[in-house]
Amino acid sequence: MAGEKEIRTQIASIKNTQKITKAMEMVAASKMRKAQDRMNATRPYSQKMLNVIGHLANAHAEYHHPFLIEHAEVKRVGFIIVSTDRGLCGGLNINAFKAALKAMQDWQQQGVGIDLCLIGAKGTAFFKRFSGSIISQVSHLGDTVHIGELIGTIKTMLDAYTEGSIDRLFLVENEFVNTMTQRPKVSTLLPLVAEDNEELKHHWDYIYEPDAKVVLDELLRRYIESIVYQSVVENVACEMAARMIAMKSASDNAGELIADLQLAYNKARQAAITQEISEIVGGAAAV
Amino acid sequence: MAMTLHLDVVSAEKALFSGTVSAVFAPARMGDVGIYPRHTPLVTSLRPGELKIEVEGKEDQYLYVSGGILEVQPHVVTVLSDTAIRAEDLDEAKAMEAKQRAEDALRDQKGDLDAAKAQAELARAAEQLRMIERMRKMRK
Repeated sequence: MAGEKEIRTQIASIKNTQKITKAMEMVAASKMRKAQDRMNATRPYSQKMLNVIGHLANAHAEYHHPFLIEHAEVKRVGFIIVSTDRGLCGGLNINAFKAALKAMQDWQQQGVGIDLCLIGAKGTAFFKRFSGSIISQVSHLGDTVHIGELIGTIKTMLDAYTEGSIDRLFLVENEFVNTMTQRPKVSTLLPLVAEDNEELKHHWDYIYEPDAKVVLDELLRRYIESIVYQSVVENVACEMAARMIAMKSASDNAGELIADLQLAYNKARQAAITQEISEIVGGAAAV
Repeated sequence: MAMTLHLDVVSAEKALFSGTVSAVFAPARMGDVGIYPRHTPLVTSLRPGELKIEVEGKEDQYLYVSGGILEVQPHVVTVLSDTAIRAEDLDEAKAMEAKQRAEDALRDQKGDLDAAKAQAELARAAEQLRMIERMRKMRK
């Protein structure tokens, strides 16, 4: 059995760790609430935008935007992968990366090349060793992300699609189900599939200013950006929730460890006292 | 019946305005437009400028938009406002920046080097531990 003093120092060091994990848990909890608010605040924009796009798609514009055209042959695909900047958030990033790798493998088996666009420092560190080419990257966005910081990164991928250097564009993100559950999700960004919605079937004859091409181009670009932006904001909420849970279980584990050590410490102390008494008794008997 | 229209102003980061108004004035790309109820359907992009919202019986409201898109239907008006300042060449510059960052990240092998160094040190420490263990056994 280890000595009393050693156990005592071990308990002290675990207590320190527990203090840190508890603090991180509380910080993550309060940040999560804010992130969730932000996440909900982004919803109306893409919803309205989807409405407008739906109206336009039903308005029979003579112009077909490149984002709406499906490339028949797939030679190269693009992935936008959203990850966090910091660690200590459980399996959040790894789960998303696994989902991404699985989707990539399917394409690679068909001999399709892969271009990557990485958002977040963890994704950059992970996919640096990956054989696909990294086209663009952005990280250190902080907890409050602004759409302006993402425009450039997204544009590289959109341009690649317009030029025909990639034939599909996917988004890998974490879906915020609830505080306990975050689910990795791979979704198709491009080509955009116009949804057939009965509600939107009435025929509007829009006037386009300056013209349909310019307006559609701006609209679709913003739409994709807003989807990616939304997923980044959602990812922040996921990160905070995952960190909160991870830190909570770390604190709990530390508590268990301390309890075990405390027991061992008490036993060691008791043994030492018993030994001392028996020595004294033995000594007294000898006299 | 009072003539009104429903206005929604949303940006990517949050909803800015939603409600019934009597008229909207917006800085459209081809010149300012005033939208009253029963306006003909219109889709236009916006310049940076002021959005004036008229509500009956209330003071006019002003909102700044840094560009975006305006959609008009006879009784529903939607403004999709930008939060960032946008321009073709500005976007281009940002795209170039993102590419540059990717290249930098790839070239920056420092992180890997540190990991390799740490790994070597770890191996050495493990070897030392094994040595100590062996010596202890021999002494016993």
